[in-house]
Amino acid sequence: METREKTVEIRNLVKKFGNFTAVNNISFDVYKGEIFGFLGANGAGKTTAIRILCGLSLPTSGEGTVAGFSINNQQEDIKKHIGYMSQRFSLYSDLKVWENIELFGGIYGLDDKQIALKTDSMLKALDLEDSRNMYVRDMPLGWKQKLAFSIAMVHDPQVVFLDEPTGGVDPVTRRNFWEMIYEAASRGVTVFVTTHYMDEAEYCDRVSVMVDGVVEALGAPAELKKLYSAANMDEVFTKIAGRAERE
Amino acid sequence: MKEVTAFIKKEFMHIFRDRRTTLIVLVMPVVQIILFGFAISTEVHDAKVDIVGDPGDPSVQQVVRSIRHNRYLELGEFLNSPSEVNGRIRKGQTMAAICFEDRFDVKLAKEGTASITIISDGADPNSAQIVTSYIKGVIASEQFTVSSSMTGGSQAMRPNVQLMYNPAMNSSYNFVPGVMGLILMLICSMMTSVSIVREKEMGTLELVLVSPVKPFWIILSKLTPYLVLSVVNFISILLLAVYVMDVPVNGSLALLSLVALIFVGSSLGLGLLVSVISSTQQTAMLLCGMGLTMPTMMLSGLIFPCESMPVALQLFSDIIPAKWFIIMVKKIMIQGAGLTSIIKELGILSGMMVFLLWFSIKKFKTRLS
Repeated sequence: METREKTVEIRNLVKKFGNFTAVNNISFDVYKGEIFGFLGANGAGKTTAIRILCGLSLPTSGEGTVAGFSINNQQEDIKKHIGYMSQRFSLYSDLKVWENIELFGGIYGLDDKQIALKTDSMLKALDLEDSRNMYVRDMPLGWKQKLAFSIAMVHDPQVVFLDEPTGGVDPVTRRNFWEMIYEAASRGVTVFVTTHYMDEAEYCDRVSVMVDGVVEALGAPAELKKLYSAANMDEVFTKIAGRAERE
Repeated sequence: MKEVTAFIKKEFMHIFRDRRTTLIVLVMPVVQIILFGFAISTEVHDAKVDIVGDPGDPSVQQVVRSIRHNRYLELGEFLNSPSEVNGRIRKGQTMAAICFEDRFDVKLAKEGTASITIISDGADPNSAQIVTSYIKGVIASEQFTVSSSMTGGSQAMRPNVQLMYNPAMNSSYNFVPGVMGLILMLICSMMTSVSIVREKEMGTLELVLVSPVKPFWIILSKLTPYLVLSVVNFISILLLAVYVMDVPVNGSLALLSLVALIFVGSSLGLGLLVSVISSTQQTAMLLCGMGLTMPTMMLSGLIFPCESMPVALQLFSDIIPAKWFIIMVKKIMIQGAGLTSIIKELGILSGMMVFLLWFSIKKFKTRLS
């Protein structure tokens, strides 16, 4: 395990907003090609932590690297090497499918030729070749989420952050979505995913559970189930998150 | 650079894919300028004027003759007593009456003075004032002492008014610069802030922020399309003003464009500031409508002259960029003034632009991190 390449390395990360400590001294590593589940109740500090990892916000103290770049002073480099897909729907709905791909390809510095190649291969993989001129607002939610995931990886990032990517999506599409995640991980992309669906937590290689700004538990789903003598991740989560003191 | 052009292209698509936005951005300015230029006119045409007095009197005949020849006034009826005027004004049959004293000519010949009273409809003070001054002009040219019932006192002077720069009292001379200011501000601040806040609401702003594009370039590519549209609007307003409203551009076109550019810059700054403060599109709309458009309409001198406001409001009007813009546009377009005569206003507006852009970009950046 230790010989594997680390793509995310976090040590003693703290983020305070005034008197409120959103993230309280967390440390963990994530390896290349790993699917890392980042769990926690609402308000546990997940979003704050992800914002720091994505280079959107500076930690109050502590340090770490993402894709080999420091979260303290190389935020711009981090941004070039990560992909991000938000819990809220994250494409421009008044643009067509290919225009969204072109836009984000352009934003991530791809040239026209690369964008054209990417567009073709992406639409083929998603089986959306006939829909390239469709407005994103007219697509079913499941398609949109898959497209958003592909676009988040348009620049072949080392790490991709998925913030509740499957919210509001039906079980079949969710299953499809997770197949895409597996496929990406098999290509060596590190997938950092938050979710409220505990069956999805089972799909992860390892999960961490945040409670009140602290990582309370971290390990493979099987280990955690054994440790907390629970039948499934749902029970594990309820047992750990039940200790939360703040709302 | 590719990052920024991709982003700007996207911004234009947002504008032209949404029919309402396109309409607001490109059609509204034309409609507004035509509405203000034609419909809202302060000129009075063919105002009916009644005469109270003896139609056989030579002085009365003289006045009647000049009213007949006046292009703004029209002769009403001859009345027997001033008490009849009230009813006629109320029914809208006349706008004003000229009342000659009894035995006017005899008295004038004997005592050297006789009085004329002008009665006009004070319920509509704007038109009343204009009609009264037309009548005064007519009578003054006939060399009578006028006692106007509107002002109360009697005046023994003959005003000789000469309007420089706008001899025809063309009201578009006032409205074109004003509406130009209003439209440029509306496009730049309202459209910019709404477009940024919309991305906040949709969550797409976050997506752009995690991208390697630097915040400064994000701001710049958000502002550029509205800058371009402002240029288009500026040109179309100017063309309408010159070829449809007959408002001249007496001064330098380059200077006028420079002034407009600085004003657009300050409006973009305002828009950015609004987008930092508001978290929903409604808030942004409301802030722009009530906080920017209303004060601009009321206090920039577009409708009410700043000089006649209470001191407190005059001071407040000084912080409205549109006021300085309108003053300069009037000076350049109508008076044909050069750089030296607008240097003070230009300095103030430039200062406002630098401050607004600096402050809002700083706020925008800190809000992001």
